[in-house]
Amino acid sequence: MALPPEAAGHAAESSGLGGGAAAKPHARRDSVVIRFAGDSGDGMQLAGMQFTAESALAGNDIATLPDFPAEIRAPAGTIAGVSGFQLNFSSREVFTAGDEPNVLVAMNPAALKANLDDLPPNGVIIVDREAFTEANIKRAGYSSNPLTDHSLDKFQVFQVDVTKLTTAALHSTGLNNRAVFRCRNMFVLGMLSWLFQRPIESTERWLEGRFKKTPELLNANLMALKAGFNYGETTEMFASSYEVQPAKIVPGLYRNITGNAATALGFVAASVKSGRPLFLGSYPITPASDVLHELAALKNFGVYTFQAEDEIAGVSSAIGAAFGGAIALTTTSGPGMNLKAEAIGLAVKTELPMVITDIQRAGPSTGMPTKPEQADLLMAMYGRHGESPIPIIAASTPADCFECAYEAVRLAVKYMTPVILLTDGQLANGAEPWLLPDVSKLPPIKVEFASNPDGFLPYKRDPETLSRPWAVPGTPGLEHRIGGLSSEDQTGNVSYSPANNELMVRTRARKIAGIAREIPATTIFGDVNGGDLVVLGWGSTYGAVREAVKQMRDKGKSVSHIHLRYLNPLPSDLGEQLRKFKKVMVAEMNMGQLLKLVRADYLIDAIGCNKIQGRPFKVNELINRISRSLEG
Amino acid sequence: MATALTRKDFVSDQEVRWCPGCGDYAILAQVQKVMPEFGIPRENVVFISGIGCSSRFPYYMNTYGFHTIHGRAPAIATGLKITRPDLDVWVVTGDGDGLSIGGNHLIHALRRNIDLNILLFNNQIYGLTKGQYSPTSEVGKVTKSSPMGSVDFPFNPITIALGANATFVARSIDVEQKHLGETLKRAHSHRGASFVEILQNCNIFNDGAFNDVTDKAIKADHQLVLEHGKPLIFGKNRDKGVRMNGNRPEVVTLGNGVTEAELIVHDETNLALAFMLGNFQAPLPTPIGVFYATSRPTYDAAMNAQLAEARAKQGEGNLADLLKRGDTWTVS
Repeated sequence: MALPPEAAGHAAESSGLGGGAAAKPHARRDSVVIRFAGDSGDGMQLAGMQFTAESALAGNDIATLPDFPAEIRAPAGTIAGVSGFQLNFSSREVFTAGDEPNVLVAMNPAALKANLDDLPPNGVIIVDREAFTEANIKRAGYSSNPLTDHSLDKFQVFQVDVTKLTTAALHSTGLNNRAVFRCRNMFVLGMLSWLFQRPIESTERWLEGRFKKTPELLNANLMALKAGFNYGETTEMFASSYEVQPAKIVPGLYRNITGNAATALGFVAASVKSGRPLFLGSYPITPASDVLHELAALKNFGVYTFQAEDEIAGVSSAIGAAFGGAIALTTTSGPGMNLKAEAIGLAVKTELPMVITDIQRAGPSTGMPTKPEQADLLMAMYGRHGESPIPIIAASTPADCFECAYEAVRLAVKYMTPVILLTDGQLANGAEPWLLPDVSKLPPIKVEFASNPDGFLPYKRDPETLSRPWAVPGTPGLEHRIGGLSSEDQTGNVSYSPANNELMVRTRARKIAGIAREIPATTIFGDVNGGDLVVLGWGSTYGAVREAVKQMRDKGKSVSHIHLRYLNPLPSDLGEQLRKFKKVMVAEMNMGQLLKLVRADYLIDAIGCNKIQGRPFKVNELINRISRSLEG
Repeated sequence: MATALTRKDFVSDQEVRWCPGCGDYAILAQVQKVMPEFGIPRENVVFISGIGCSSRFPYYMNTYGFHTIHGRAPAIATGLKITRPDLDVWVVTGDGDGLSIGGNHLIHALRRNIDLNILLFNNQIYGLTKGQYSPTSEVGKVTKSSPMGSVDFPFNPITIALGANATFVARSIDVEQKHLGETLKRAHSHRGASFVEILQNCNIFNDGAFNDVTDKAIKADHQLVLEHGKPLIFGKNRDKGVRMNGNRPEVVTLGNGVTEAELIVHDETNLALAFMLGNFQAPLPTPIGVFYATSRPTYDAAMNAQLAEARAKQGEGNLADLLKRGDTWTVS
């Protein structure tokens, strides 16, 4: 198999196809990128996720990127119904799920066709040969069978009779064809587990949990998994298996986590540390719903989840919960953000703490719901009427979602303000190993409700943070009224005084700007004293940018990387740091939104590096773009 | 609190700024009058409103109050009540706020049976925006936005609430102080979402919209006061009633062989009857009082019960254990 160049001094590489050696050698590889692809009902996401879990347990560093269609079950065998899951596992630190797969598993012709463009020459393709029927070939839009028409000659194609072998392995179970067919993904997983020396015990345990109530299906899946594993060992097709050594990563206890799960856990941690109950008001929307699902299952943590009648009720109910003293949340994606805008303005005006999570997806309008984009930044900044500044935090990796969710709550309650947390579809469903934090070392989240009626005024501010008191109903002597109408300084009584309105608007703006005081100094990866070019990024582009910058630095280029977590306010030293570089390139999955802010705030002639395809940057795309800029 | 509260305890220090003669004054006075009777400390009472004339209400109550955004009060109140079931939460809305821009939130709060007291001031007009027809305005209404008469068929707040499976549905009138007070008390004592439509006169943009049921000279002949277990009798001389003719209601005059025994007896637990009463149109009288009252678990109590059950079954959540859930591995 033509896997990536191996580290020097390892076992000899086999040529791959039909090696037929009796003893099967291991070949060592630094990293491997596999993409599982099939019909959305083929279970490729599950196979990919389990392969990820196995790889994590094997000690590799990993990054994943699921890619699924918006339709739950598009017509079988069509390109629209193809679901994919890409995994990069490595013996060194990885930052992305990989630009292009070394191995493509295609369960049908559509899966092959949809993914073939991403495969490099000599890449490995593993197909279920029986799925290449005349009808399926036609449905995928092929005019002839790609397995026989030589169109795949530049790749290494392994044709495995997955369906037939799975059927044979499960013959004794007496299950019907449909049930057997649904075990094909476990056969494939078993086969790949053998090929890459993954232990399958964790998958066995996982299957036991998943099929606890259906022993016959559990048995069938286990049989398929083992049959696949044994097939790998005995078939003459694969000449060797591959070994990817454990990566050197920071010691500690790890688990694999997706961005949405990490987001949910960050919120729960904030609730526990603040001692206040968590309330999520949310309306289901892709790709945000998993946060709702995660939190709905944590009721023993005192977590309230309210599936609202619409996006507006989601945020509104959170505002009500915040008024009552809960850690209040709403979660959504772009279209929902539009709907929530007015209510977010109310939270700004009434200065109630809450976190609005926008798990960005490709727009405009319904756009591509399952695909990531970063085009909601300016909406988060400015997408409300009137002057309504809001702190904005963006997570950069799936595990980082935990810290960012936690930090968003911390800022919200400290500054009595709604906070917007930006993640995206790539972070939401992507996964990586997460070094579990020491719960006792999480920064404190102090919640102090007002309780003393003497001199209480609803808009009497803390002199340092400028935040108003959190005075919750049920507190004797603090009865007061708040609302969206312009209100008087201190008392909060309705006021149309022009000077007072300006005072309140400016005070709220100062309050948010003041958060910059506690934003850590900007860290520069690369030339800390300045250099030829710095790539400024935010959010999920972190991995691709870091990898690209690393590779260019390895080649001696003066390229650096700054990645932002705080987007409003921006770190106070950012302008100064950016000015140290001859060129500033802002890389983002939009048409230049952070770019606009940077140019406006710092009068720096920054240039953009933009992609709006609903797909993350590839490392090579960034390298090409940076190289051109360095030459120009 | 040792001393009992009085009406004055519920009056805030804010100047009331409705138009002179507005029906809202009478409603405010009645709410402030009945509040002390509930024996609930002021700090545990919250009034939440949306946007519109009626929605200024919270500013005038010396309780906790939240003047929110257009139509969203039921949703905001829902979030508060779920997390703070200890509070006595009221929603004040209008025909535009509650049935037009916020119609969705109103019906969902009702079907979920959130334990809220919802007062919908129905004046059949947009007052704050100076006189456009509302979702309860009659067809043909001439307003600034309907110079040739509205072609917009109106909503009926009572049947909307019944259709949303509200567990308590009542109607009263701003100037019927005693009836309004009693209705508010019934609504408050109901556990679950209580919906009270209050017919309210906008003397600036829709004066006299409810004259037939408020004008002392004629109201007795148009107003039917519903009482559970009592026959449907109305009229100045209490000589008119409503009976079924086949499966349709009709007005009859008592005497000349027509007796009370033939009349419909109000049963506020009968949903079909409530719908029929809700749809009464002239020559049938306008019912006021409790149309329907039933008991159903409230969302807020059910949600809190789930949290308690989860804690009882799984134990209080442990954060460190939660983070470790699933497959973990140690890198040394």
